[in-house]
Amino acid sequence: MSSTNLPSEKFRLGMLLSDTRYRGTSLQVITFIIFVAVFFWLVDNTLKNLALLGKDVSFAFLGMRAGYDINQRLIPYTNDSTHAMAAFVGILNTLLCAFVGCIIATIVGVFVGILRLSKNWIVAKLMSVYIEGFRNVPVLLWIVMVFALLTEFTPAPKAFKGANPEATMFLFDSIAITNRGTYLPAPVWGQGSTFLIIIFLISVLAVIFFIRYAKELKKNTGRNMPSFWISIGILIVPTVLFYFILGKPVELNYPYLKGFNFKEGIHLRNSFIALTLALAFYTSAFIAEIVRSGILAISKGQTEAAASLGMKPNKIMSLIILPQALRVIVPPLISNYLNLTKNSSLAIAVGYMDVRGTLGGITLNQTGRELESMLLLMGFYLSVSLFISSIINWFNRSFQIVVR
Amino acid sequence: MKNYAYVREKSIPPSPPPLIEVGVIGWIRQNLFSSWFNSFLTLFSLYFIFICLIDFIPWAWGGHWNAKSLRECMDLDPNVACFSVLAARWEQLLFGLYPADQYWRPTLTFVFLILSIIPILFPRFFRYFWFSVIYPGLAIWLLWGGSIWSIAIIYIGVIFGVASFTVLSKGVIRSTSVNLTLSIVITLLFFLFLSSTLTEFLSYLIPISLPFVESLRMGGFTLSLIVGISGIVASFPIGILLALGRQSNLPIIKMICVGFIEFIRGVPLITLLFVASVLLNYFLPPGTNFDIVLRVVIMVTLFSAAYMAEVIRGGLAGLPLGQHEASASLGLTYWQSQRLIIMPQALKISIPGIVNTFIGLFKDTTLVSIISLRDPIGLASTIRADTKWNGIYWELYVAIGLMFFIVCFGMSQYSQYLERKLQTDK
Amino acid sequence: MKKLFLGVLTALTLVAGSSIAATLDDVKARGNLLCGVSTGAPGFATVDDSGKNVGFDVDYCRALAAAIFGDPMAVKFVPLTSAVRFTALAAGEVDILARNTTWTYSRDTDLKQTFLGVNYYDGQGFMVKKDLGVKSTLELDGATVCIQVGTTTELNLADYFKENGMSYEPVPTADNAESQQQYLAGACDTYTTDASALHGTRVNLENPDAHLVLPEIISKEPLGPLVRHGDDQWADIGRWVLNALVIAEEKGITKANIDSWGDTKDAEIHRLLGTGDTDILAMMGMPKNALYNAIKAGGNYGEIFENNLGATGGINIERGVNASWTKGGILYSPPFR
Repeated sequence: MSSTNLPSEKFRLGMLLSDTRYRGTSLQVITFIIFVAVFFWLVDNTLKNLALLGKDVSFAFLGMRAGYDINQRLIPYTNDSTHAMAAFVGILNTLLCAFVGCIIATIVGVFVGILRLSKNWIVAKLMSVYIEGFRNVPVLLWIVMVFALLTEFTPAPKAFKGANPEATMFLFDSIAITNRGTYLPAPVWGQGSTFLIIIFLISVLAVIFFIRYAKELKKNTGRNMPSFWISIGILIVPTVLFYFILGKPVELNYPYLKGFNFKEGIHLRNSFIALTLALAFYTSAFIAEIVRSGILAISKGQTEAAASLGMKPNKIMSLIILPQALRVIVPPLISNYLNLTKNSSLAIAVGYMDVRGTLGGITLNQTGRELESMLLLMGFYLSVSLFISSIINWFNRSFQIVVR
Repeated sequence: MKNYAYVREKSIPPSPPPLIEVGVIGWIRQNLFSSWFNSFLTLFSLYFIFICLIDFIPWAWGGHWNAKSLRECMDLDPNVACFSVLAARWEQLLFGLYPADQYWRPTLTFVFLILSIIPILFPRFFRYFWFSVIYPGLAIWLLWGGSIWSIAIIYIGVIFGVASFTVLSKGVIRSTSVNLTLSIVITLLFFLFLSSTLTEFLSYLIPISLPFVESLRMGGFTLSLIVGISGIVASFPIGILLALGRQSNLPIIKMICVGFIEFIRGVPLITLLFVASVLLNYFLPPGTNFDIVLRVVIMVTLFSAAYMAEVIRGGLAGLPLGQHEASASLGLTYWQSQRLIIMPQALKISIPGIVNTFIGLFKDTTLVSIISLRDPIGLASTIRADTKWNGIYWELYVAIGLMFFIVCFGMSQYSQYLERKLQTDK
Repeated sequence: MKKLFLGVLTALTLVAGSSIAATLDDVKARGNLLCGVSTGAPGFATVDDSGKNVGFDVDYCRALAAAIFGDPMAVKFVPLTSAVRFTALAAGEVDILARNTTWTYSRDTDLKQTFLGVNYYDGQGFMVKKDLGVKSTLELDGATVCIQVGTTTELNLADYFKENGMSYEPVPTADNAESQQQYLAGACDTYTTDASALHGTRVNLENPDAHLVLPEIISKEPLGPLVRHGDDQWADIGRWVLNALVIAEEKGITKANIDSWGDTKDAEIHRLLGTGDTDILAMMGMPKNALYNAIKAGGNYGEIFENNLGATGGINIERGVNASWTKGGILYSPPFR
């Protein structure tokens, strides 16, 4: 048999595939050629198709007048603004929804995840129902249903009218929950408010230094300080003091009913609330499971060891379990944030004008620039995603357990 | 032994625990009212459940089932559910616009689906695995119809290819890769030149065929299942290849795989579906136009392949490095060690993740409604455009949600069961 | 499946022919017409309890199919959302788009489409609840307006409020049913869309008298079927099937009496129904009885209107401007000669 012989030194063409020394390289070359060929084939087809339809690839439409209105805009925008501006308004709306959604999802998720481990049977079961209910029904359905819930079961602004209204505002007439959205008092920054903000920021810094100091103190002397109450004091007292000294520079602008709608105040539209809440609840079900399994992943011995050192249950949770569990929890948590951001593209179902609604929706529709709009849209989502995955990578690198 | 009066010789018979510590009361005390905080939580939860059900139960319980339109429901009693829409449209919600006299076909496909996954789920029945292999073809034929041979020819072609590989391997050329390439070329030639003639001949010889049903008629839950299941089945091998490619030490291949995975995972599925429905025609040669369901399936496959790759990569990363080294030291080639040592273990670890990916994918099939396919949610808006049912809302969405819940919950329970069962190392 | 499989093969083997040129040949070769319709617009296109496509736009496509194949059922309906409709047409996924689409300059030129005519003259209106106390659109300053996304109504709304120096708050919704639900729940003060849809929606509400469609029509919305640029023969066929339906109503030709015109003195009817000696339908490559079949399929324009948008269709829209010019409307077909 020739297999026992040494491979002959003379190079044959077949060795490119059969010899392990060359196979890797030749495989890669072949793959690369196929990849490039397919890529050019696609580009060529696209150009041919566009020529056939009499279209060109041009981003000039971004500079043209958009012509449509967007109800929720974080930056000044009118229907005379450009399509680029509309896209930008949409991007901000997407980011706002994603940001608020992630915060709510984390709070609810951690809460539900811990409660699911509760010894209280009914609470644990209720949390299981919550988790399974949200996880096993499509998020699109949840968005639509939460929206319907908000419009069907909240009063119309009209109900607030008259001497004997059917609905009343909450918290001393400052918050109105209507089926057009929730109206909150808006702060008005008057004379001297800049100074007040600076005071507040300084107290925040002071709190940070204080907590450092308290930790240091505990490390060195073992003495516990009631750091929580002191921090709250530092945070609030100077600001409140200066608020009155400066003559109430910040006032709240309360919403009031005039004509068809509430005026003034901050208007959180129902489409925004519904989308954000639905996404947050949906994602929180996943986060709850992550938190639960993260806590369970910490072996029971850790809890017992801490208890035998005489630590109280809440100290065990905050000093022993959570820091270790966080290492397991954070990476999937962040990837769930990414999912939430991507799912916010379903905003169209409730008419929330996110970037897909403006750039990938109305703009695309009015200008007929599918290719360009979709490219920009994908580019946006991709950059958000790459940003978030770079955070995950950074976290994994920084907090990996060093194995010795 | 001396008798001490104060030493008891017999132990006191254990008295039953206090009544409040055992039985129902004890359980309630321990589990619901162990502390004031717990009691508060319990009472709050009970109140919450109460307010959720107080409106829902009478609404759902007294619902109308036989009205002809929403108006009729309203005339009967406007305060309860109008499930009549489900009674009138349940067939559409399940089968879309599939011809009514052919409903047995999707039904049979579904029954076969369950039969075909049994060999995969339960190792005892693994000898029936051949059925799982022929199932995809069978399902396609049952759903779309046409001559059975146009599907069978694919299987014939593959068998032909395998046979040619076996023959070649026994022949003069000893190089596996050369043989593989040759047999792939032979198979391609078979499909290009021989298959259509052979199909016609076989159809003429043994004519077995079903009426053709076009994709436009697919809808409802059937469509969700078609897209979901074909997506997952097709994405599985692609996912494995991508995962291996990402782990590979060949830089170009690794780069392409990483780029692909990150791209797909970075954009929302809805944009990919939009590409399928609107832009794919730009990327293909002018004039080509193929089935929208197929386009969606391709996109969904690519989408879930990227997620699958990450799940499998997790499984691969979970294996000790020693496994690779040990298999290499046994002299196994790359593919041999993957096939015999690495993959079986890696896949076992990643099964729960795979099931979760599938659940996610199945739920995501509802997004096809945004590109105007008639899945249950898409059908809901069509139904609401009918003047008879204009204005109906909760009944439809609750029913659709329930259907998805049953399927997804079932699968997640199965994955948890598997997780427990596969924990062999503990 | 064979088609499906062949489709893949075609894609893989790069065998491709241009389908843009002769749509009629493609349609004939395929054996059916691909007609793009709405996913659900009351009266215009929806699916009934038995799974059948019904609606005003649906019936037009059936007439077209009847003209080509003599069989009104030789048509497949492709549901399209407003977002994908133009690309679906441009990509050749449908042969004709009959999806209550407004004929505008930019759609005609920039989006490279050919409108075949107007099958429904519409205009954008507003519906309000009566107890709001609003009698005119000009009193809507500051109102919340429900509106469907991806339609021309959005642009009209913006322009109209601006012209009149009023402000408004748009509540965009995904479709008509959604808008209606929002409006009824009071999430918006007024609901704006094509007046036809408003009237249609209103009569089907629980208490139609509590709602009011405001008298102002703020835009022209001529709805019609459209095809791709560049195939004049195909456009002619679609256009003249539409015209034939209109002429048939003018002349009193109905589905029921279509066979009893053999001895009429009216030469145009003979030309139309193909009962005369001259075969002028050959000029656009159609059989002599093509338009006869088209009218026979679902009746004349008036019948189609009545069956889908009128009382029979359960929507109760008045004919109004959509009446034939002989009855005070503006529906006017060029002469058939």
